[in-house]
Amino acid sequence: MTGALKIVVTVKQVPDPNSNLTLEADNTLSREKEVVLDPGDECGVEEGLQLKEAHGGEVILVSMGPERGKDAIRKGLSMGADRGVLITDPQLAGADALLTARALAAAIKPETPDLVICATESYDGSTGMVPPMLAELLGMPQVSFAKKVEVDGSTIKVHRQTADGYQVVEVSTPALISVTAGIAEPRYASLKGIMAARSKEIKQVGLGELGIDKGEPAETIEGLADAETRKAGAVIEDDGTAVDRIIQVLVEAKVV
Amino acid sequence: MAKVWVYAELNQGHLTPTSLELMARARDLGDVEAIALGAGAKAAAATLGKHGAKVVHINEDAAFDDFIAEPATDALASLHKEQPADLILFGFTPDSRDVAGRLAARLEVGLISNAGDIAAKDGGFVAKVPYFGGAKLASMKANKKPAIVLVRPKSFEAREVGGTAEVKDLKVTIDAGSKRAHVTERVVEASEKVKLEDARVVISGGRGMGGPDNFPLLEDLASALGGAVGASRAVVDAGWVPYSMQVGQTGKSVRPGVYIAVGISGAMQHTVGMKASKVIIAINKDAEAPIMKMADLGVVGDALKIVPALTAAVKAKKR
Repeated sequence: MTGALKIVVTVKQVPDPNSNLTLEADNTLSREKEVVLDPGDECGVEEGLQLKEAHGGEVILVSMGPERGKDAIRKGLSMGADRGVLITDPQLAGADALLTARALAAAIKPETPDLVICATESYDGSTGMVPPMLAELLGMPQVSFAKKVEVDGSTIKVHRQTADGYQVVEVSTPALISVTAGIAEPRYASLKGIMAARSKEIKQVGLGELGIDKGEPAETIEGLADAETRKAGAVIEDDGTAVDRIIQVLVEAKVV
Repeated sequence: MAKVWVYAELNQGHLTPTSLELMARARDLGDVEAIALGAGAKAAAATLGKHGAKVVHINEDAAFDDFIAEPATDALASLHKEQPADLILFGFTPDSRDVAGRLAARLEVGLISNAGDIAAKDGGFVAKVPYFGGAKLASMKANKKPAIVLVRPKSFEAREVGGTAEVKDLKVTIDAGSKRAHVTERVVEASEKVKLEDARVVISGGRGMGGPDNFPLLEDLASALGGAVGASRAVVDAGWVPYSMQVGQTGKSVRPGVYIAVGISGAMQHTVGMKASKVIIAINKDAEAPIMKMADLGVVGDALKIVPALTAAVKAKKR
């Protein structure tokens, strides 16, 4: 492959981090309040756009969720992505990671991308299991925790964050990269971008069109209990005595 | 007896502490076999035996260290094909996550991640997973075999029980098709004075610290207390401090004697990584922040004033 890159970025709508979560009757998270594009995905879109600007090509956004998930795609399109695909099907409500990865893989495969970019994890679930599953189903290598991505022809060089620094990882296209939020500062959509996004294509597909049988869920929630909570201790206003109170606690805990 | 596997993650020749924590619970769930891949696997087998592994499958092929996830996935999938496991336990760590995700997709079984505990029930397995912003604890039942469960570090205490594992060579051919994501270089950036995971006092900063320029205030307090400095995901994402300092679901799990949360609101992403601390002190300008509801002492005030004063007081106390 030379030059232009065909890049797929997965995006997702998540409950606004500033709103309160609610549960549905079947204990799945309510998606009623989903109003924002996942902040981690914004960074993925930005990285995709920067790679496209440097190498030429196309950025396609693929999302799964209820119909209003189009808003998340539209946001990415207004940042500059070219088109979107929304997988939406009532059967996908409460889908687990494997079903999510299967649906995404089925939608992404026909695009034959050079690069698939995911966020390392979503803001609501934070489990980060979809990217490795998706890579496996697409038959692609995966590099997770990417904080820097350089493309040179068909070679991608990634700085992969580790506990004490980073690894340099080399991989050939096609590949799946999951990026950290630190990789790129997402741009603001310009007025021109917002106007242009209105006429960009968002294709909507269901499970039937993707040829996916929902199957049995890999895991089920048997019960929910209130999490063990720590009892709140004293809450004091700092009136000048706070330091003494903290010292007292540190002495009791035998650390000073 | 159920056949339980522990994926014993090796990091450049060394067994990760979480691998031994998994052993501690795996012993209660069935006959334990561990899988150790890459440099140091043989030495790790002896340790795993002392922690209760009856069998350790090893393979020291350099491909396991040089290429991400795929060689390990091949090895596990091939072993499972020959002698199927009922349960495979992984640590919820970045490297194990990549392997577990691929394996779950390849075997078409799904997985349960971020578990804090796991038990046998009705011939299957049920894991406890924080849910709904951490306010609830879900009991998740794995419906397929093998059940693949990723357990958060520090969920169990590693303990030797004595014993010797039978060491078996795991025969697998890693072909070129799995040697794709090539680790060509390892760069160490942070040399921590006191390791965050082992520190008896941890002082973590969040957005309320105002900016990266104020983190030295926390360093000063940490060195006065002989502790280590951590951070919330928000400030790591913002690039204030390196990822190595992140405490929380996708960062490090800590359980020090004293945890001081400075300018951290207390989102689940953070609290799952520190709520097992013995004593929690929170300093925050917002009396309503969730962290205040779990702190043994909550101080409402200006962190930038309180922290230096506290450092001075600790130093005075030590004199």
